[in-house]
Amino acid sequence: MSNSNSHATGSPYAPQTAAETAAMLDVVGADDLESLFDVPESVAFDGEFGIDARSERATRREVAGLLSRNADLTEFLGRGHYDHYVPSVVDDLASRSEFLTSYTQYQPEVAQGFLQALFEFQSMLVELTGLDVANCSMYDDATALGEAATLSQRVRSVSGDRILVPEHLREGKRAVLSNYAEGPDLTVESYPMTDGVADVPALADEIGDDTAMVYAESPTVRGVIEERLGAIGDLAHDHDALFCLGSDPIALSLLERPANVGADVVVGDAASLGTGTAYGFGLGMFVTREEYLRQVPGRLVGASEDAADRRAYTLTLQTREQHIRKERATSNICTNQAWVALRTAMHAAWLGPDGLVDLAEDCVTRARDLADRLDDIVGVTAPIHGRHHFREFLAHTDQPASAIVADLAADGFAVHAVDDHLVQVCVTETTTDATDEFVAAFREVAK
Amino acid sequence: MKYDQARWTDDSDDLYEPLLSEKTSKTVDIEDSPLPDDLTRDSLSLPDPAEPELARHYTRLSQMNYGVESGPFPLGSCTMKYNPSFTEDVAARADAAIHPGRPDSTVQGTLALCHRLQDYLGRIGGMDAVTLQPPAGAAGEFTGIQIAKAYHEHNDDERSEVVIPDSAHGTNFATAAMAGYEVVELPSGDDGRVDIEALEAAVGDDTAALMLTNPNTLGLFERDIEHVADIVHDAGGLLYYDGANLNALLGRARPGDMGFDVMHYNVHKTFATPHGGGGPGAGPVGVREELAQFLPNPHVRERGGNYEHYEPANSIGKVHGFYGNWPVLLKTFAYIARLGDEGLRDASAKAVLNANYLAEQIEYEVPFGPFHHEFVASAGEQDAADAAKRMLDYGVHPPTTKWPEIVDEALMTEPTEGETKRSLDQLAAAFNAVAGDSDAELADAPSRPAAKRIDQVTAARNPQLSWQALDDM
Repeated sequence: MSNSNSHATGSPYAPQTAAETAAMLDVVGADDLESLFDVPESVAFDGEFGIDARSERATRREVAGLLSRNADLTEFLGRGHYDHYVPSVVDDLASRSEFLTSYTQYQPEVAQGFLQALFEFQSMLVELTGLDVANCSMYDDATALGEAATLSQRVRSVSGDRILVPEHLREGKRAVLSNYAEGPDLTVESYPMTDGVADVPALADEIGDDTAMVYAESPTVRGVIEERLGAIGDLAHDHDALFCLGSDPIALSLLERPANVGADVVVGDAASLGTGTAYGFGLGMFVTREEYLRQVPGRLVGASEDAADRRAYTLTLQTREQHIRKERATSNICTNQAWVALRTAMHAAWLGPDGLVDLAEDCVTRARDLADRLDDIVGVTAPIHGRHHFREFLAHTDQPASAIVADLAADGFAVHAVDDHLVQVCVTETTTDATDEFVAAFREVAK
Repeated sequence: MKYDQARWTDDSDDLYEPLLSEKTSKTVDIEDSPLPDDLTRDSLSLPDPAEPELARHYTRLSQMNYGVESGPFPLGSCTMKYNPSFTEDVAARADAAIHPGRPDSTVQGTLALCHRLQDYLGRIGGMDAVTLQPPAGAAGEFTGIQIAKAYHEHNDDERSEVVIPDSAHGTNFATAAMAGYEVVELPSGDDGRVDIEALEAAVGDDTAALMLTNPNTLGLFERDIEHVADIVHDAGGLLYYDGANLNALLGRARPGDMGFDVMHYNVHKTFATPHGGGGPGAGPVGVREELAQFLPNPHVRERGGNYEHYEPANSIGKVHGFYGNWPVLLKTFAYIARLGDEGLRDASAKAVLNANYLAEQIEYEVPFGPFHHEFVASAGEQDAADAAKRMLDYGVHPPTTKWPEIVDEALMTEPTEGETKRSLDQLAAAFNAVAGDSDAELADAPSRPAAKRIDQVTAARNPQLSWQALDDM
């Protein structure tokens, strides 16, 4: 068993033999390993953490044992985190150790592979949005939105401190935005929504010359496709405010290019491609116009040439970054989500343009079909917004939403409770096979 | 060796062609969509490789990339250590794929694991409570500084400055500014450590916090840490521990015992979770009891055998849209469980031994000392960046260059515990070969990798950041 190996009481990943350790100690002139630590006695730690070492096998069993406490549910859940099927080839290629165990590309001559992959990721986002400049990732959609807000303050010519966001915004996203807004003294305010989309006249009343940025989403957190993005963009620009649009790469494969509706910045979670569900693990995308290039947060990969005049890639415009500009950097983000961006680019390339458009169209028709089927159930109205949906929609239930959620969980299904009598349902290709059973269970619990 | 230089040098120029190019992209027209025309785009142009082509493309790209499993990677302060395959397997478990929108009662396993990891990290750092939410070290810094800010505001004690040593990581400065603080830069003393007199002059009623890395970026332990803590605490400030170098202290000293009030852990440095070419990381934050009320929402606690999310009384809110980088946390848990007390102690001991051994072997001047896990050599008359390029020709990854600035032509080197004596000797040989090379040889380097020296000036002057922007398309 694994406990019989020679590293039972040390790190299995610190490979020196006892003889080597002794020889090395001799070279550095130390009697033993402990004497290498230059820690004063008064702050030295001589206790135990109380963490027992386990073998690989025992650790696996422990993790499996813990995770088995999770209920086995088929998740019809969305609201910003989506389960789309990730092909095996993505797992396989992304797991190649030259990608997985490399660092930020500070020596581009031996990091051309990752740099090219990130350049391709940036190129994909440029095509999807119609904007000019994509960085090569942020943490998630919420932190990307926070960065967009601070960018708006830097680039906007008139001083202003209000960030306007839709009334229907995921709570976590709004909370992160508020945290980012605190340092630069920005104020986050909501504008109303009517029937699932922005109330444009109400937004016109809210917006003013002190507005730094207007944010809208399509699809919204309720899965509604926002129909008046152009009007929202016009309102923002009439007041010299930045127009920031939230979306995701699958939706963008089908929806009108953000550049064509006036978006100055596109943020969102690109993890809808490449990761599946991972408890909220994200991939923030950040795309903007060229005029804001030098204010963009995060890393950028650029094309150049090497000394042999061949195309080569490198991190560029690093004077924006904290390792050079310190407190005058555009952001503190350093480690980002590079490997997730690699996975997303791989997944998009695997699908190709036909596959992406098909997948996006399926996101519309699957939601429409499932809403129609739920609407046939007595005591259920779906969708509550008579609009186009993407992946998800709200259903009104005569029974309390909390009871619907609990009863469905007992039957092996998960949906969101949104309000007293509102539940939200999300469907993707990973749950299509379970739809018939889900509708049957819904019929029972909605009585 | 998977890092196959020979193979790519023989390849054609096509190798440099991005996937999203005219050769491989395809345009589809969007008609008959389930949406009205005014909501949809009319076409989409993206690459369209067949799966075998895709596999070859990315396999080839991987061969043009250097990782820890390609060879030594002694990037000082970045801490590139061997990443066990085993932790990858654990994180890839199908049953770890959970949606964050589930009720707590249906994710007891996930929450139990989070709770156990919070507990482990608290013990390792000497902290009373730990949040797992920050998705990277810099995000951890932001969380920690927001907590410090909330603490002062809670006590009606508005403070405007954060004090940071000149040798600190650039993220410290950026984080303090991002949180709305003025930065007071603290010059290092002649011994490379905090200058107590300078500290006393810098700290006062406006000091919200001192951000400190210990051992610092020169690999030196701040021996006066208790005195430093007293000065900051007496002024009413908090002491923030940048966990980037915690791997040098595991089981020998704990930030909480040294007087630090709040800290972040770089799990990808202290433990071993792959850097992934620049992320994902995770930056859990630990605090002492008094600050636990300010932790991000939600926090995980155990009640009567059940685990639940809850909002700490005076929470700073959220720093990630959901719960942080969960797969990275899972790897961290697996790594800590595998090593246990003795393994973690051993990892630190070997990391420190390796750094001191390597420092002893190389011919460049290595000022200061004694070192913990890293040291900063000076390339002296050579340009450190050129010296680094030349090291690529000797088949190893170079150290971090030109930083920290307090050492001329810095070569900041951290071998980590993952290197054997043999690979350290290989590294030392590379250093020493470069030390003996002429300026002309350095200026022409690298010659061995397929990509020769890359023109970074042109890249910045004429930014071409996508295939669509390429001049020669």
